[in-house]
Amino acid sequence: MIATVLSPKVLRAALPALSLLILLVAVWYLNPRAISPLGFNLMFNLAVPIALATVAQMCVITVNDLDLGIGAYVGFVVCVAATWLYDTPLLGIAALIGGIVLYMAVGALIHVRNLPSIVVTLGMSFVWLGLAILVLPTPGGKAPEWLAALMKYKPPAIPIPGWGDLQIPFPIIAAVVIAIVAHVLLMRTSYGSILRGSGGNPKAIERAGWSLLKTKVVMFGAAGFFGMLAGLALIGLTTSAQANVAERYTLLSIAGVILGGGYFVGGRVSPVGAVIGAMTLTLSLPFLTFLKIPPDWQIGAQGAILIVVLALRAIIDRLGPQQ
Amino acid sequence: MIRDVLRKPWLWSFVAAFLVWLATMAFTGFKGGGELISAALTFATFFVIVGIGQMFVFTLGPGNVDLSIPATMTLAGSVAMKLMDTQDSMIVIGLLVALVIGVGVGIFNYILILGLRIPPIIATLSSSFVILSAAIAYGRGLRIKPPPLLAEFTTVQVAGIPVLAIAVVILAALMGVVLHRTIYGRSVTAIGQSIRAAGFAGVPVERIRFLTYVLSAVLAALCGYLFSGFSGGSSLSMGEQYLLASIAVVVIGGTSVAGGNGNLPGLWGAALFLFLVQSMLNTYQLSAGLRYLATGLIIIAVITAAGGQKTLR
Amino acid sequence: MSMGERIVSLDGVDKSFGAVHALAGVDLACDSGECLGLVGHNGAGKSTLMHVLAGTLRPDRGRILVSGDDLTRSYDVAVAQSRGIRCVFQELSLCPNLTVAENARVFHASLRGLGWRRRAGKLILDKLDEIFPGHSIAPGDVVGDLGIARRQMVEIARAFSVTDTPVKLVILDEPTSSLDAVLAGQLLDFVKRFVAAGGAVILISHLLGEILDTASRVIVMRDGKVVAGRPAAEFTRDSLVAAMGSVAKGADESSARTAKGREGAPVARARPAGQRNGAELVAHRGEVVGLAGLGGQGQTEMLRALFAAARRRSREASVREPVALVAGDRQTDGIFPLWSIEKNITIASLRRMVRGLLVDPRQEAVMAETWREKINIRTPDVGNNILSLSGGNQQKALFARALGSVAGIVLMDDPMRGVDIGTKQEVYGMIRAEAEAGRTFIWYTTEMDELKNCDHVYVFRNGRIVADLARDELTEEKVLHTSFTEEAA
Repeated sequence: MIATVLSPKVLRAALPALSLLILLVAVWYLNPRAISPLGFNLMFNLAVPIALATVAQMCVITVNDLDLGIGAYVGFVVCVAATWLYDTPLLGIAALIGGIVLYMAVGALIHVRNLPSIVVTLGMSFVWLGLAILVLPTPGGKAPEWLAALMKYKPPAIPIPGWGDLQIPFPIIAAVVIAIVAHVLLMRTSYGSILRGSGGNPKAIERAGWSLLKTKVVMFGAAGFFGMLAGLALIGLTTSAQANVAERYTLLSIAGVILGGGYFVGGRVSPVGAVIGAMTLTLSLPFLTFLKIPPDWQIGAQGAILIVVLALRAIIDRLGPQQ
Repeated sequence: MIRDVLRKPWLWSFVAAFLVWLATMAFTGFKGGGELISAALTFATFFVIVGIGQMFVFTLGPGNVDLSIPATMTLAGSVAMKLMDTQDSMIVIGLLVALVIGVGVGIFNYILILGLRIPPIIATLSSSFVILSAAIAYGRGLRIKPPPLLAEFTTVQVAGIPVLAIAVVILAALMGVVLHRTIYGRSVTAIGQSIRAAGFAGVPVERIRFLTYVLSAVLAALCGYLFSGFSGGSSLSMGEQYLLASIAVVVIGGTSVAGGNGNLPGLWGAALFLFLVQSMLNTYQLSAGLRYLATGLIIIAVITAAGGQKTLR
Repeated sequence: MSMGERIVSLDGVDKSFGAVHALAGVDLACDSGECLGLVGHNGAGKSTLMHVLAGTLRPDRGRILVSGDDLTRSYDVAVAQSRGIRCVFQELSLCPNLTVAENARVFHASLRGLGWRRRAGKLILDKLDEIFPGHSIAPGDVVGDLGIARRQMVEIARAFSVTDTPVKLVILDEPTSSLDAVLAGQLLDFVKRFVAAGGAVILISHLLGEILDTASRVIVMRDGKVVAGRPAAEFTRDSLVAAMGSVAKGADESSARTAKGREGAPVARARPAGQRNGAELVAHRGEVVGLAGLGGQGQTEMLRALFAAARRRSREASVREPVALVAGDRQTDGIFPLWSIEKNITIASLRRMVRGLLVDPRQEAVMAETWREKINIRTPDVGNNILSLSGGNQQKALFARALGSVAGIVLMDDPMRGVDIGTKQEVYGMIRAEAEAGRTFIWYTTEMDELKNCDHVYVFRNGRIVADLARDELTEEKVLHTSFTEEAA
């Protein structure tokens, strides 16, 4: 029994959730008041856009590529949402759809010309940044009301007899919804198997008669879609927009996928894990604050957390059977 | 003879750089062409320094990349500036400390890559978080001026040609000799063509990879040191544009992304090209947005044109 | 499905890879209701033939007829599948990151819409139950977490599973190689039932008992040709072995070497990790030691262990001189495709050519030129790219790399695959001369003719040494028999 629980397979699957839980316990130990609806709202405020960006990154990683332009793209969406979508919604929607189409085109280019994705997406990050500045040259703009309202939505309290009202914070609900949607699309649909398979054994997928160009375009399109949602969520939370507002999302999203149990190659990803990974990263900032780690060291501490988790996974992998 | 030269992949980066220069000059009516070239040489110098390290890493084969270059530059620059505290007498010590930081970063990266089996991309990325934090915590974001002698060395020109550029041309030539004529360089290109074949031919694969990641970090540290001297002190964002630049100069310069084929002259052509594109877009008085947009598109176009060749296998 | 209906026939199929004539005018027919056993030594052309049938390789010449229709022009994987022809290759074609059910879905485009997962799971589970009762594989298991045997079972069950097109012919290439005796028995029983119900199976196996027991007809291949084809009942194990062996007449005497006495301390010794008895591999200075047996029985691993032992301490092997290795898979393990012939030759000897800190190009040129003449590498200029050479000459360059180095022991991992006969003779001569001069060779080969150049031969099976033959005991029959003997023997 203990052997099954401690088997590498189970440990590997549990590691992301375990990391989040340990972090939550640590936060509770440092500051018990943080574990409350209000505290959760504050701590996980930014989890929604980060989780969406992480899911976007995960789509690209599924097909063995990497997107170094996602942060700039989210910034572009923020700028479009704060200007065109606010003033002329139709133009705004067209621009957002154009962004997704461009993402699909990048996927096709990478596949057809067999280019290294890191270089192409790094170039795309300049394209997105440029477009964002063109749309919104100086910080400003305004979030569409419906977005702001959605992000500030307070779900009705659930009365629990003999205890009081349970107020589930919106970020938690949103994260659960994102995880479920991404999980259903990628892990439960029949075409989702083909998409993940094209990362695991492209030759077998091609031999079975599927188009690898199509899987790549679909996954880059999905990345564009979730990246767009990340931008919309972000502008709903902030008051005004700025082109480089989401610069750090590129690194955060990669880290989130890896923390969530994903691998760079082989189509081994987990949407639920990715969302948990994003939440772990989000929570690490208040945790470090409660630890009284100076803000200077916070990025570094995030990097260290990433390294520690990866090291743990390397140890678990070494315990398991050699593949 | 001429056909041989035309077949060199690095030639095109120089041709492209020259065309961009012409396009810029056409706009200004050939005023300030000399100044533009000397400015291009100055800025390209820094691209080339980090590009050399990144090129050796790329030459190790697919999957090898060093994303910690910007953070290493920042850390080495800020530590050295603070340590030297504007005193000329400390210049050499500052340089040594910067280089030691580079060695340390390289060792750290390689421990992550080999010891923890983390793919180089995520290993150098996570280490860059830690390195950047160290820089922030140590420097506290203060801009400390470089010693005057260092500032002068990085900006002085002889007949319109920056001395530093001459030094880095020599450095690039030396590294070219290292790549093509030493056992180390041969081993790097062997590993990049086929890591298995290299192992069977008796190449000490892990030692060579280790040395290469250290080399990249040391050159990044050197670049951080010199760039701080050049730009009047270190800043936390000084490394920012070097992530794209270090990768772009390598790829545009004709180094094969598939590995095994490094190219040093191309680094210079590509670095000049990158800077000249920037200044051309400035000269055309494009808005910042259009400049970024054009830079991204030009880079993708060049890579699509150059990187699309299949490897021989 | 009616019995005796012609499902597929090949008509004079030719296929070459460079200088190697893998298939030379093969005729083959398979009818419904029969299990066709296919045997032959390594390199006889079995796998190439199966790839042609599966549609993954296009023949250079010849016709492919399926159910009487000439499909030579349009034949590919998709056509083969739509005609009910499936193939289980030796290299697995499952996606390791997907579950068992999801892998079934990859194969069957019609498994979609609501409830697809349940249907896919049921499809594969039913087939697994039918073939391997008591298998304990769940549709939700991730393939990468399954052991090699279970992966093989899933792959087989998937090939027999049916959605919208019926399965008429399934090609099984060494299907029992990773199954234990019970599972192999279950599979062969299922094959018999499938055939009795009107299906057809082509079964490739090196276990002759399996073939004789299961197949209704047996075809023997040798050197890219079908050399015998009769009902299984007319064969015995011995007559099969005899049909497979190629007896090259006349060559024996010219290449024979006299056995040397083995004395003094060996320069290399090694024991396979799975060896149960005390047998070990021993090589003395100046010997040519052969590693024989079927492909992939642990010979390559043995060479790797010896190679690694030259660098760090190893429990399996020890060597007392520097070691060089001539790789078998030239393209991925041997040549550096971007380099000249010269650089490819000198890479293992650079340390001798350093002046100051730099490699001396003159010494490199001298070494390359010397070896070009010595082993007759056919090129006008050693500065040309290595890929400008033919396969055989590329292999000579790799020999030059090993022989030109200081290594006292040269390991060879079946390096002569796909090399023409003239080049082979030149290399054999060179090996003999070098051995006379005191070099030691450890040579894995699947070709009988090459074993005749060896002083001592170890036969491998299932990762273990099963026979230890000195030069004068060596006969083709002995090697074949020990290679094919099943566990019981």
